[in-house]
Amino acid sequence: MSVRIGEAAQAPAFPIAAKKLLADTQLRHNVRHATDVIRAKRERVVAEMPDWQELRESARQIKKHTLRYLDSYLEQFEEACTRAGGRVHWARDADEANTIIVGIMRTLNEKEVIKVKTMTSDEIRLNPALEAAGITPYETDLADLIVQLGEDRPSHIVVPALHRNRMEIRRIFIEKMKLKELGDRPEDLTNAARRYLREKFLRVRVGISGANFAIAETGGVCVVESEGNGRMCLSLPQVLISLIGIEKIIPRFEDLEVFLQLLPRSATGERMNPYNSLWTGVAAGDGPQEFHVVLLDNGRTKVLADEAARDTLACIRCGACLNACPVYRQTGGHAYGSVYAGPIGAILTPQLQSLEHSTSLPYASSLCGACYEVCPVKINIPEILVHLRGKIVEEGGAPFSERLAMKGAAFALSHGNRFASAQKLARVVQWPFERDGLLKNLPGLLGSWLQVRDLPAVPLESFRDWWAKRAQEIPS
Amino acid sequence: MLISLFVTCYNDVLFPETGKAVVKVLERLGHTVEFRDAQTCCGQMHYNTGYRREALSLMRHFLDVFRGVEVVCVPSASCVAMIRDSFPRMAAETNDAGVADQVEELLPRVFEFSELLIDKLQVTDVGAFYPHTVTLHTSCHSLRSLQVGDRPMRLLRSVRGLTLTELPNADQCCGFGGTFAVKNAEVSAAMLSDKTRCVLDTGSEVCTAGDNSCLLQIGGALSRQQTGVKCLHLAEILAATESGSQS
Repeated sequence: MSVRIGEAAQAPAFPIAAKKLLADTQLRHNVRHATDVIRAKRERVVAEMPDWQELRESARQIKKHTLRYLDSYLEQFEEACTRAGGRVHWARDADEANTIIVGIMRTLNEKEVIKVKTMTSDEIRLNPALEAAGITPYETDLADLIVQLGEDRPSHIVVPALHRNRMEIRRIFIEKMKLKELGDRPEDLTNAARRYLREKFLRVRVGISGANFAIAETGGVCVVESEGNGRMCLSLPQVLISLIGIEKIIPRFEDLEVFLQLLPRSATGERMNPYNSLWTGVAAGDGPQEFHVVLLDNGRTKVLADEAARDTLACIRCGACLNACPVYRQTGGHAYGSVYAGPIGAILTPQLQSLEHSTSLPYASSLCGACYEVCPVKINIPEILVHLRGKIVEEGGAPFSERLAMKGAAFALSHGNRFASAQKLARVVQWPFERDGLLKNLPGLLGSWLQVRDLPAVPLESFRDWWAKRAQEIPS
Repeated sequence: MLISLFVTCYNDVLFPETGKAVVKVLERLGHTVEFRDAQTCCGQMHYNTGYRREALSLMRHFLDVFRGVEVVCVPSASCVAMIRDSFPRMAAETNDAGVADQVEELLPRVFEFSELLIDKLQVTDVGAFYPHTVTLHTSCHSLRSLQVGDRPMRLLRSVRGLTLTELPNADQCCGFGGTFAVKNAEVSAAMLSDKTRCVLDTGSEVCTAGDNSCLLQIGGALSRQQTGVKCLHLAEILAATESGSQS
């Protein structure tokens, strides 16, 4: 089995990618502006919910329970979906999922497919697999379309083209849609996209979607969105294929009550999504007449097995943690080298992909806790980040110099008098670097501190020295 | 009351004035301070960087040092967050009921400096005089883990002569994050520059906080940029009096 999360295995380490992106002033401006707008909207609509904390707790409990009994809920979903006329396929990894979907397309003898709301298809790199089989995929979610036409990568799990502004989108549309002229007002851009997409909606006979929720009790699938393009993608084609990560299962239809309150408010700051599509199997004469579900593992059962990190799979992909994260807000999503960016990406990618390919991601956080605070399903992301850091160190993935420094510090801090001696030693060692009370030209990682900050020299008298002296002066 | 001071490792070495200020304030309020000199570190740097084994032995040492204390005062919200949030988790992982009991016994006795003053000692006016314009940086740990709320604010408002300014975007991290500041130096610097801009926008002479770790970061940049704005731990402001101002 080979788990693959987009191109995360080939991505540069976070600090290296981040450094490059920090120099892109336009991108940083776009990211800052977009996240500010969404955060403010979210804050407003969350504040009007008196039972927000109770809803979060309910969601957490439902997800916890579901993950605990995921095996039986998945079987229940398969049975219910099959009974309603759907066909359920099981994919252990990205390659299997791609093979299943390409296989369905070959059986249908179709060469085009419209896609919507499927981050998971970016995870398994479905588009290149389809193209290699001579099939053309058209993204129909506006942001995904911008990313596809711009030959770009998504940078946000809800707003994949968040890093682009209107002027950039206008340029991409003019070039790729071969337009003579186009304004840069939102309505100009959406009109251009509408003209481009409508024709595909009416022509293409197969749709591929993701899912926000898959309901075990009924075998139903739910997709929420703002544009209505999803609704067309889900209802117009003859055949619909839904690619669903196994963690998307919820037990009962009524559980939606909790999640459909939390998700839109957290994701886009809307009270309700403009389009909430729910369907169960196939209905004669109405909508797609053939419905396939591809249930994807691709590393998820491995995450499930680690009790300390299992909550990672409770994520409902609202993106609130990205918008809240002070690191994401500086770098944007591309620094994370994965389709899953931000705090949730920093815990999800390394677990799905394997730690050795992404040792830098769990460290791409100051552990400020803003992500945990906004998470609608209460995933304690900082705690999981620290857990993963622990695994990296245990598996020998930490740099030698760091291991040495940490062991040395632990030795010095193991006893009060050893610490006192270490303090004296520090005052001697710092001597060649000290100028007027500040340290200069420090080697190694400490040198990177000095790039933009001063560092005061260790004072001649520590607190414990002062205390000892005082105790002598004032006899108790 | 007999109050045991856990000065924290970095305050001991880098910011001795903060420890002295805590002693001064508590003694001025009529309490007795003890300093157990076997104390070292809560283990946060090790734990948060992934060095669980080392963190565990530092925790065990901490528990031994502070065994039997009535009250521990810690002038660092982030160390208190480590003790409150991570010690129970680490203790549970040891599968040693004795350690878990020790942690459970200790936790209600551990107070961050502003918590100690307001909740345990029930004072807001500690008799301080500090005639300067001050802005307060609320560290992430004090804000989200300890949820200190307006405690530091109330203490500062009771200081005679002090003008308190409101720091914009106060809930944003300063970018320190322990080893994050050196492992992701560039991102940390970008976060820091947002923070220093906010501090400068307040027009304050002093930026204070309950955590010298944040102040090491913020103060390092304010010093490098020659802004003339200085960083001072909350305890040092509360220790200042008319007769011997600490400014």
